[in-house]
Amino acid sequence: MRLEIIDLGLVDFKASWQKQKELFQKIKAGLLDGAIIACRHHPVITLGRSSSRKNILVSPEELIRKGIVTYEVERGGDVTYHGPGQLVVYPILNLNLLKKDIRWYLMFLEELIIQSLASFGVRGQRIKGLTGVWVSGRKIASIGIAVSHWITFHGLSINIKSDDLSNFSLIRPCGADIIVTSLETEIGNVVCVDNFKEKLISQFLLNADSN
Amino acid sequence: MTNIILPELGEGIKKAMVSYWYFKPDDFIKENEDLVELTTDKATFNLPSPCSGRLKEIIIPEGSLANIGDILGTLD
Repeated sequence: MRLEIIDLGLVDFKASWQKQKELFQKIKAGLLDGAIIACRHHPVITLGRSSSRKNILVSPEELIRKGIVTYEVERGGDVTYHGPGQLVVYPILNLNLLKKDIRWYLMFLEELIIQSLASFGVRGQRIKGLTGVWVSGRKIASIGIAVSHWITFHGLSINIKSDDLSNFSLIRPCGADIIVTSLETEIGNVVCVDNFKEKLISQFLLNADSN
Repeated sequence: MTNIILPELGEGIKKAMVSYWYFKPDDFIKENEDLVELTTDKATFNLPSPCSGRLKEIIIPEGSLANIGDILGTLD
């Protein structure tokens, strides 16, 4: 499976959303098997199809004051926050070439995150009924996807930097009262987002090839 | 008349919420156009139209749960 890797760096959510749509059309037209977008976002809150605005805990005026934009997006899941201390990955994959099974794909993404965390000495876990990846009950990674013509978009985010978690207090992440954590918090050491990104992408390519 | 059926979405997925119909009854739809969006835990799924035709009836409206295999609507 030929996958194009696109690193957008630190980018507005809207620009990465547009890029996903462009790649989706190319894959739908058969010009590409798939692509992986890796990026970080300026502070943004996104609301998936299962979300409620009640899960944003501050007023729109407060969000404006903080410079945080919100978007309603066509992915599954509830509300989440993205900031520069996270790695965000949007796999635009043609599941017709892998497996036409949404549950399988969500678990594929969870396994990818768990394997990548393991290479940094952190044991990520699944919690039954709560899609995402957890470390001793603290949420370290979120997943929310969309599938159209069995091509995926949207994806996953992993909290890397320990100093970018405070904005999660502006929301009920994923519509639940949970504690969020980061890779740096868990290992008590500095991690470069790019280092984690490289590990995750290479693990992704390995896992996609073996399926 | 063609039935719009909720297909298998994956192992263990038995239901999905109809979250958005892209068309309303009497609209003409081309084969493979996105027809209805369904939502499960952490995923949305766009179901394309199985054929070209007129949307005759929406049987399961937005906000309702559908079982895999249910008829969501019909096309003429």
